[in-house]
Amino acid sequence: MATKIFGSGIRRREDPRLITGTATYTDDLSLPGMVHAAMLRSPHAHARIKKIDTSRVTKAPGVLAAFTGADIEALKPTPCAWLLPNSGLKVATYSQIAKDVVRYVGDIVAVVVAETAYQAHDALELIDVDYDPLPSVLDPQLAIKPGAPQLHADVPNNEAFHWTVAGGDVDAAFKNAEVVIKERIVQQRLIPNAMETRSAVAQWSGASGELTLWNTTQNPHIVRFLCSLVTGVPEDKLRVIAPEVGGGFGSKIAVYPADFITVFCAMKLNRPVKWTETRSENYQATTHGRNHTQEIELAARKDGKILGLRATVWAGMGAYLSTAAPGIPTILHGLMLSGVYDLPALKEDVYGVYTNGTPVEAYRGAGRPEATFIIERMVDKLATTLGMDPADVRMKNMIPRFENGHSVVTGLSYDSGDYPAGLKKLLDHVKYKELRREQDEARKKGRYLGIGIASYVEICGLGPSQVAGAIGFQGGLWESAIVRVHPTGKVHVFIGASPHGQGEETTFAQIVASEIGVDVNDVKVIHGDTDVTPMGWGTYGSRTTAVGGAALVLATRKVKEKAKVMAAHLLEAAVEDMDYADGQFFVKGSPDKAKTIQEVALMAHVAWNMPKDVEAGLEASMFYDPPNFTFPFGSHIAVVEVDPDTGHIALKRYVALDDCGPQINPVIVEGQVHGGVVQGIGQALWEEAVYDENGQLVTGSMLDYALPRADGLPDIEVLSTVTPSPHHPLGLKGIGEAGTIASTVTVYNAVMDALAPLGVQTLNMPMTPERVWRAIQQARPT
Amino acid sequence: MVNGRRYQRDVEPRELLVHFIRDLGGVTGTKIGCDTSQCGACTVLIDGVAVKSCTCLAVQADGCSITTIEGLAQNGKLHPLQEAFWNKHGLQCGFCTPGMILASHELLRNNPKPTDEEIRHGLEGNLCRCTGYQNIVRAVREAAAAMGGK
Repeated sequence: MATKIFGSGIRRREDPRLITGTATYTDDLSLPGMVHAAMLRSPHAHARIKKIDTSRVTKAPGVLAAFTGADIEALKPTPCAWLLPNSGLKVATYSQIAKDVVRYVGDIVAVVVAETAYQAHDALELIDVDYDPLPSVLDPQLAIKPGAPQLHADVPNNEAFHWTVAGGDVDAAFKNAEVVIKERIVQQRLIPNAMETRSAVAQWSGASGELTLWNTTQNPHIVRFLCSLVTGVPEDKLRVIAPEVGGGFGSKIAVYPADFITVFCAMKLNRPVKWTETRSENYQATTHGRNHTQEIELAARKDGKILGLRATVWAGMGAYLSTAAPGIPTILHGLMLSGVYDLPALKEDVYGVYTNGTPVEAYRGAGRPEATFIIERMVDKLATTLGMDPADVRMKNMIPRFENGHSVVTGLSYDSGDYPAGLKKLLDHVKYKELRREQDEARKKGRYLGIGIASYVEICGLGPSQVAGAIGFQGGLWESAIVRVHPTGKVHVFIGASPHGQGEETTFAQIVASEIGVDVNDVKVIHGDTDVTPMGWGTYGSRTTAVGGAALVLATRKVKEKAKVMAAHLLEAAVEDMDYADGQFFVKGSPDKAKTIQEVALMAHVAWNMPKDVEAGLEASMFYDPPNFTFPFGSHIAVVEVDPDTGHIALKRYVALDDCGPQINPVIVEGQVHGGVVQGIGQALWEEAVYDENGQLVTGSMLDYALPRADGLPDIEVLSTVTPSPHHPLGLKGIGEAGTIASTVTVYNAVMDALAPLGVQTLNMPMTPERVWRAIQQARPT
Repeated sequence: MVNGRRYQRDVEPRELLVHFIRDLGGVTGTKIGCDTSQCGACTVLIDGVAVKSCTCLAVQADGCSITTIEGLAQNGKLHPLQEAFWNKHGLQCGFCTPGMILASHELLRNNPKPTDEEIRHGLEGNLCRCTGYQNIVRAVREAAAAMGGK
């Protein structure tokens, strides 16, 4: 008997292996004859390599080989796969191993392979590198100025690209403005900190010319595709497996030099080679996030109506363009700048700038937190300037409810939304007016309570492939699924997407179970192996459910259609007379005469009695290319209290209202919100990758980089509304990034609200006690 | 002894306990998440007491009885903490989970009836990037009740 499995908060089937320590992550692999690679990385942010001498290394205990840039000429450079059009994009060569010049602390200069990991790391110290240090630059706004240190000979002024989005008459908006608000915001550099560091195991069979690469990746098929281009191993002989992957948050989208070098070593030595980065190495070499400097102007009327927005962004890209990097501060950022509002006019210039830092890539939210921050901060500033309530200013400018398409000034068409209803539900839940009264009372007593709101809409479910082509994404953005029903009615699902903690092994089984009435425990979801699963473009941009889930629904429905034809044949009825309910196919009006999906599956496999022109077996595949993106949305609110004597910020309350369409598993949705919100709070309050003036990463380990810990966080209250996407077969939109997109600016707005009576106008993130305290001191009338 | 099984090996003086355990062959549930003893992913029990096994040399554990995440379930029955993490969705990618569960084990050993605040404080030495900790707190609370601390 089928249960109402869609929408049920069942326990995850991923968990038994994870809670017993029996899951296999890449570094857990051990292959016969396996040896270990370690990378020697540049200690300089910018330097010329005068000489490298590896002669002492090869004599060290256990060492099998050492390679430098001169040895790996056969490998093509690490590709950039988002070639942003109409932007003057200049992709600098990203060699696997730096040959003449190193451009960030962490750039690889050599690799050592030894029998044990200890030996490989020891041997790194025996490589003699003679560097000639060069001046370095980390701030993108400075790096683009004439006279700044130049990273790449063929990239004048370090300008990687200049991209613009514009809509409406911005000049007129500012001419007609009754009030203009200006702001400068720095979105600091962040380190993604997936708990599993990156790792690769490469196994080469010289005899067959076949390569297997186990890799901590969010997108094994992209790794196969690009690894084939870089190494020359043909795609049919190259198998990429993403085993258990311990979080990604964007940092496992890119393809990395160290992975290709590991492959190179395995091929050279004809031995399996493992490389696993240390955490400190991860901080230097695995991609970072954000790193925007934003200058913004907002034009409005005195009644709070927004007329236009102008912004310039300097996006630090790091020393090289990582795989998807150019699309993050542009397509995924600029196009979302009008947020949930009907903005008549907007223009943004984005300068992508090479700097002597770790390459910057997608990081949870990827461009959208930076966009949401701009508009939501400006709305709050406008409210403060006009003496209006920030909730009222939001309501006044919000796009009204729409169910099937709404065009915004950036050119996008949002799919569906009801922003005012979400905000109203949130405000009602927290009893907003009472909360403001409490704040007033507290202020009278000298307590600095702050209330912060942010409303957001995000672009998810990337996206139609035609659009991918138009915006320079060097791949498709469809997803695939194969649904295979076995003779006993048990189901295997193969998907191209590659979840790594989000729980789709469970939620996708729920989708199949609810579509064809099998028990959810009879569905196994298989992913992450390019030899087994159909092609897919990966898990990022909250697209696995929004795109892969759609492929799965439609594949399952194909199976169901075929099963219906089979059942009609077995019941000697016409197909059009058939009906289906709860796993049973029956003739309309005669539910007692029925065939179950299991019975049909058996007959389809023994194939003794098939309908004419119907193939044996019961399976279907689907390649689903969505007609549009999905646009989840919501509103969050935070209450903080700032201690003016110490600058300490206490998070008193946090309420998230998110609308991701119908929820397959509300427990998993809530988990995504919790994690996302805390990650965004981390940016607001604690986290920052700090470089010193010489380009040294000062926050070089977990000792120095302040991650959110269990302490100091309130319980997050999670609310939702349900607005289905009109173009997804189940109305699903995606939830993976929502929390992060909303929470940074929500908390920021709350802190600024708390500090308003003290005269503090602006504050850089992370809002550490020291920074808050200093800002209070500076704002104090002398 | 690791999970009740005796291992005899010559080790380098500098070898970390976590590497020793992970190299025993198939006992890789104990994870390495950092190199500065911050993340707690490598937490194991040494003679019943939680220790970050990256801060301990293998030789220091000579003669000790070590329990890793693989040794927590008894006779095929999950430990109440494992059940509770599963029930409360206290994990996502699972990488911090072995350490988080064993650190929670220590927390409940010292304080069988912790408040939420005490749980949050007690797990400060273990990092999780996925869950935002809230469901971990719920899981530890549920486990405490199941283990009779209520």
